[in-house]
Amino acid sequence: MKQGEARFYLLGERAAVLASDAPADLACQRRIWWLASQLRARPELLDIVPGMNNLTVVFDPLTTDGEALLAELEQHWAGAAEASLTPRDVAIPVHYGGDSGPDLGDVARHAGLSAADVVAAHSGAEYIVFFLGFQPGFAYLGGLPEELATPRRAEPRLSVPAGSVAIGGSQTGIYPAAAPGGWHIIGRTELTLFDPLRDPPSLLLPGDRVRFVPQEAHHA
Amino acid sequence: MLEILRPGVQTTVQDLGRHGFRHLGIGQSGALDAPALMMANRLVGNPADAAGLEIVLGPVCLRFLRDGWFALTGADFDATLDGLPVWSGWRQPVRAGQVLQLPGCRHGMRAYLAVDGGIAVPEVLGARATDLNAGFGGHEGRALQAGDRLPQGEPVALNGKAGSRPPAWTPEIRALPGPEYTEFSAAAQDAFWTRPWTVTPQSNRMGYRLAGPTLAREARHDLLSHGVLPGVVQVPPGGQPIVLMADAQTTGGYPRIATVIEADLWKLAQARPGAELHFVPCTLGDARRALQQHRYQLNRFNWSAYGN
Repeated sequence: MKQGEARFYLLGERAAVLASDAPADLACQRRIWWLASQLRARPELLDIVPGMNNLTVVFDPLTTDGEALLAELEQHWAGAAEASLTPRDVAIPVHYGGDSGPDLGDVARHAGLSAADVVAAHSGAEYIVFFLGFQPGFAYLGGLPEELATPRRAEPRLSVPAGSVAIGGSQTGIYPAAAPGGWHIIGRTELTLFDPLRDPPSLLLPGDRVRFVPQEAHHA
Repeated sequence: MLEILRPGVQTTVQDLGRHGFRHLGIGQSGALDAPALMMANRLVGNPADAAGLEIVLGPVCLRFLRDGWFALTGADFDATLDGLPVWSGWRQPVRAGQVLQLPGCRHGMRAYLAVDGGIAVPEVLGARATDLNAGFGGHEGRALQAGDRLPQGEPVALNGKAGSRPPAWTPEIRALPGPEYTEFSAAAQDAFWTRPWTVTPQSNRMGYRLAGPTLAREARHDLLSHGVLPGVVQVPPGGQPIVLMADAQTTGGYPRIATVIEADLWKLAQARPGAELHFVPCTLGDARRALQQHRYQLNRFNWSAYGN
């Protein structure tokens, strides 16, 4: 199914997906936030998951008709407004390179830059939290300088340490807990990104403005 | 109350998982063989989504600390209660102090233990399931250890033994083509449906990593991160598929060649490393009918347990 600049399709038997073909930008993401907030009022929709330029809606296939839901998404998207969130500013202290960022050299080589240039570019940019995903409190950040974009690793690592700051494709993010992952690790922060007993449990929320602040290397 | 004497490889408190928090990156967790946990719960008079124990391989040993009922489902672990054989798929009464031994299973991977009243650990973010990756939920957010004591809910009054026939495991896994299916080469599409896929030892509650022919994708562009669910079959650039399971991440970026239908996900949960699987194409209608059939079987059991 196709209309205008978005695709609408089913993922398996219990999810409906809206995927915009427009370039990933803040305007498109704001429409996705708006649509997500509209759908959240409907109890029969079990999960409403914004991604980068896309939205996945989970339902019970025995009680909700997926095809009808797709048609509804299509209709809503045509009239979607941009949600306005009041941004919070969050500073993330990061130890770049060394044991904290074993892939800093790979990212530098791919970009044709020095490691110091990568750190300067990564910490010089301002990022926006586009959505959370992958693991609890993991924020996908928009705003990575283009020259730092690096394709994901061919084989994901079985364990990436908690607090790792990483680059995957044109995105950057922070691993709140140790997990398998295919992104390049360039540094580490000591902040607690996720605490299930905190309200909200996630340090970062959609719309937040984030900066990375380089820290001096650890001295043994 | 239950006391763990010997925890085995990985015994966790699980229910049917955490829902409604995917937008915060909080995954589902919950029983990998969900129909088995639901059946165990029904046998002991619990709601189907009560918390029980998921037991991976053996040997496991635990002691009951109050009178009540229990049921074991899923893989048959040759269990004994104070040395006497326990039938998998049946409920039976138990007295405080009795010891349940689960030496291990010859087939399958996971057994489910339900007790009347359920395992009454506190709910965290709406569920009692253990999130092993993030370390919360269940009992202290981790797999059980010797000496752990688990609270049990209010007793349920039940009459006599009741049992159910477990579903037969077969290596055929029904799946629907995924959103990026057509981006794979014709040879890869054909191989996906016609070649056997071996479960590798790197398979766990997050995902089943399969080994087989390399699945080449013709499109080269990286995908933007998108929502994923248990059952989604991702193919990283290395070309070996991963079937996402209950502990999988909420979003991913690898192309999705297929999704395993919900009614067949339990077969993966019971597949051991080295097992060969075959993906069988089906339609949305097939998937819905299969799920309907699962619910029907659960309800039919309710009739036989309570209707006479």
